[in-house]
Order: sequence, then structure tokens, then C-alpha cells
Amino acid sequence: MMNEGLHMNQALPLFVAIPLGAAFLIPILVRVWRRLPDIVGNLSTLSLLVMSLTLVGKGPSTYYMGGWRPPLGINLVADGLSVLLLVVVSLVAFCATLFSIPYMERYTSKSRYYSLFMLMVAGMNGVVLTGDMFNLYVFLEIASIASYALVAFGTEAEELEASFKYMIMGCVASTFVLFGVGVLYGKTGTLNMAHLAKIIDENGMSPAIWFAAALFLMGFGLKAAMVPFHAWLPDAHPSAPAPISAMLSGVLIKSLGIYSLARVSYIVFGMSKPISTIFMVLGGLSMIVGVLLAVGQWDMKRLFAYHSISQMGYVMLGLGLGTPLGILGGVFHLLNHSAFKSCLFLCSGAIEHEVGTRELKKMGGLWRRMPVTSTSCVISSLSISGVPPFNGFWSKLIIIVAAIQARHYVAATIAVVVAFLTLTSFTKVMRYAIFGSPAAESQKVKEAPALMGVALILLALCCTSFGLLYPVLKPLLLGPATDVLLRAGDYISLVLGG
Amino acid sequence: MIPYLFATAMLLIGLYAIVARRNLIKIVIGVAITEYAVNLFLILLGYRAGGIPPILSKGMDLNKFAANSVDPLPQALTVTSIVIGLGVIALLVALVLRLYEKYGTLDESEIKRLKG
Repeated sequence: MMNEGLHMNQALPLFVAIPLGAAFLIPILVRVWRRLPDIVGNLSTLSLLVMSLTLVGKGPSTYYMGGWRPPLGINLVADGLSVLLLVVVSLVAFCATLFSIPYMERYTSKSRYYSLFMLMVAGMNGVVLTGDMFNLYVFLEIASIASYALVAFGTEAEELEASFKYMIMGCVASTFVLFGVGVLYGKTGTLNMAHLAKIIDENGMSPAIWFAAALFLMGFGLKAAMVPFHAWLPDAHPSAPAPISAMLSGVLIKSLGIYSLARVSYIVFGMSKPISTIFMVLGGLSMIVGVLLAVGQWDMKRLFAYHSISQMGYVMLGLGLGTPLGILGGVFHLLNHSAFKSCLFLCSGAIEHEVGTRELKKMGGLWRRMPVTSTSCVISSLSISGVPPFNGFWSKLIIIVAAIQARHYVAATIAVVVAFLTLTSFTKVMRYAIFGSPAAESQKVKEAPALMGVALILLALCCTSFGLLYPVLKPLLLGPATDVLLRAGDYISLVLGG
Repeated sequence: MIPYLFATAMLLIGLYAIVARRNLIKIVIGVAITEYAVNLFLILLGYRAGGIPPILSKGMDLNKFAANSVDPLPQALTVTSIVIGLGVIALLVALVLRLYEKYGTLDESEIKRLKG
């Protein structure tokens, strides 16, 4: 019997099937016509974006793989949090594929690039939709392996080195996750998240379950690049081609790291004092260490990568606070970060494409030569620094207010200080790259190709509008996502019925 | 209890190889050891002394079958994770080969072109 509030959605497997199908069709289609990978790649991400937007505001839906109902079969669940992540992944993926059309021309074998890109999207969509622990691990590996290969896509010495480092860390993380899944299965005899949550809720946390929780914390923490597990990120993210950097920083660390960690700790284990304290400590550490390492950087993409660590710290802090406002702030910042960070990485790609360098000191005066890129770069820089009225300001404000309300004054102070340091760091970016006197390299540059501009404008519009659209976003996207984490018990009855 | 201790010990051996060795090939072997530690752990979860294969043939009593057969699910999980492991190791070795072409060495401490 179908319970109230959860309806069947036959379209849910398409979120994995479309990119997976595209991934394997593209290498064949390129033999028909050289341009087909571009078209198929963009059409699939566009259809994913449209499909994910149709899920917004519809309430939770589900799909049973092969018709087997949970706890026996694998189920896909699109609840508020999953829908938010689906929208974020699809939005950034669409902008990145649009950007890739002109940008990836200088690499050979564009079809393989799209193929790996689509595999990564399929893996991420699977991770956010699945309601089964082992299925989560499989999709996590699909997305991760595609991303290892994409980081090394240029096959230059530095890229290979970064990819190897990333891959070793990633493999260790995946092994921890699989070990955790095994421990959970050994102790409870089930892999379904809702069923697991029910059993753990009834029997309490045993030492073995705590061991599994620690393994997941290490595994997903490594994927999310939380300090002290962050060492791979500043190498891997800048080494990838710009659209991939945008995907990695914009959505991969969120869906594989933060989302999975939140899903497992809130829904499966049930949030408890020790776990939320660990969340807050990791978040605070990441915020401080990330921003301090970022301030001294002169490589544009490396600087952005360090800021990803620091901004993910805000999300972790918000989630760790555990209050309705804190979680709302964390979820909102997750949405905002994906908009401004992918915009920043795409800007760096556009600049690298035209000026040919990533060194801040070799740029300068770009606003005259590249008005579209410069405008979006400035907008996203102001967003990440938390300048009103751009989106980053609102989510940081919510997190800081929530921290004060929960009487975590130290956390609130850290959040304020880090916001100022971020502003300092991005003032440097704007001062050297966009304004200031032109360096020799940037005397004769021209605006980036039109399609790159369209992707940049789209993301810059998101940065500007998300903050102002907050009254619209809250009931449609953010509220349902917050409720999922706040009322973990609802998930059990939603999926298992009764 | 034994599978847990055993798998943790083997996992730590693999991690030691990843952290302490400087030869890239040995690091890859370390990754393989950690993967097989977990595979072995999964198999041991379903192990039952004197168990029968989890294949239900005609004429078997269902209750008796359930009481005697080993747990088939961990075996399915292990097969999946072995396949994933194969892909991971193949990609890692391919990366090591390309790194050797570029740097002319397999020593990790000499492959340091990226700055902190």
C-alpha cells in the first residue's frame, strides 16, 4: 500500500539513465559528426535541469528498482534535500557543458571529455537520489573515478601528479566508506537507509555502529575536503580544465562529501551531541585554515580552491549547529556556494583562455578588455565575500545569527572573522585581475567567446538573484531540504510506510 | 569480532604502505591491500561454518535452506566491489605509467612540481 505523501515517480531513474546513456553514446556519435558530442552533452544537461526543476515543490517521490519494495530492494528517494542537490548539480552541469563548447576546443578528444563528464553527473545524481547504502557507494565510485580521470585530462606533468594524489586520497576515502557499509550490514542485516535508521533508532548506538560512524566521517570528510583531510583539493581542483574545476568545487565535494555526510549522520545515525560537535569543529577548522592558506596565493585557481575548503566549513558549521536556522543557513550556503564558486572557476577559465595565464600578477585591467567576464567575476567575488545584496551575504548572515542564537559565540566570531578575511582575499583578486593597470600579457586580449559569456551571465544572475529571491526559494527548495534534516524520523515512515 | 580486527589490521597495513612508501608502484599495492581487506571483511560477514551455497534448488525445504546457507548478499557486494577495484587499480597504474614518462622516476619525493 502506498502511504500518504510519497508518490511513485517513474521519471526518477532517468536522472541516472540520461547522463549514463549519453556517456556511452557520445564516443559513438562523434564518428557520425564532429559536433554531435557538444549537442548531445548540452541537451542531456539541459533536460536534467528541466526535469529537476519539475520536481521542485511537488513533495517527496520515490521509485523502486525492479519493483522490489524496501527494505528488500533498492529504492530511489527524491525528498527535499535530494531535490535541492539535483537542481544544484543540473544547474552547474548545464553551465559547465555550455562553457565547454568553446573552452574544450584546445584539448584533443572532446568526446571522451563529455563521456567522462556525463559519467560524473550520473554518479552524482545517483548519490543524491539513492536510498540504499551500498548503492550510494557504487555511485560515489562512478563519480569519483570519472573525476580522477578528468583532473588528469590535460596529461601534463602537474595534472598527472595532482590526479595521482587525488586518486590515492579518494581511494582511501572510498575504502573507508565501503568498510563502514560492511560494518553496518554486519550489525543490522540491512542496507536500506530508512530500515537502518529504524533499527539504529530502536537499538541505540552500539560500539560497532560508532565505529561505522567514524569510518563514514573519515570517508566522506575526505571527499568533502574538510580540514585535516583537505590536502588533495588545492592540487586537484586547479589542475582540471576550468569547467571541471567548476563541477568539482561547485557540486562534487557537496554531493559526495557534505550531502552524503549529512544524509548518513542525520538520517541513518540520528544527529547526536558528539556528531554535531565534530561537525562544528571540522567546519570551524576548515573555515580558518582554508582562508588563511588562500590569502597568500597568487595562482587564481589555487586561491579559489582554498576558498572552497573555507566556504564548505560554513556549510558544515551551519549543519552542525543543528537548529532550524543553522541548518537552513547551511543548506542555503550550499546552494549559493555552488553558484558563485562555479562562476569564479569559469571566469578563471575564460581569463586563462584569453590571457593565457592564471597568475594574478600577470593580469590587470581586464574590465576594459573583457567586460562580460569581468562583471561576472566581480559579482561572484562580491558574493563569496559576503557583500550585500549578493547571495553569499544572506546565507552567511543566517549562519552567524544561528550561531549566536545557539550560544556558540566562538563559532560566530570565527564566521565573522573568516568573512572579513575572504573579503580581503577577493579584494586582491579584483585589484590585480580586473582593475589596476594592465600587465604586458593583457594588453591585446579580447572578450571570451559568446557561449562562455552566456554560461557566466547565467551563473552571475544566480548569484545576484538567489539572495533577493529568498522569499521564493525558502518554501520551494530550502524549507523542504531543512525539514528533511530536522525531522529525520519522518524519513523512516515516509519510505517504509506506517 | 575476529573479522573486524582482522580487516582493521589489514586495512592499517595497506594504509602504512600508502603513507610510508615512496615508490609509486608500492603505493598502488597499498591501495590494493586496503581494498582487499574490505572485500575479505564483506565475505567473512556472510561466512557460516559448514554452510551450503546460497542456491535454492527444487525440492529443498525453505526453512532448512535458510538455516544452513551462507548469506548471499555480501558475496554480491564483494563481486561489485572487486569490479570497481579493478577499474581503480587500472586507472592508477595508467597514471603511474604516464607519470614515469613525464618525470622519469617512480620516487614520490622527486615528483613535486606542485607548490603548497
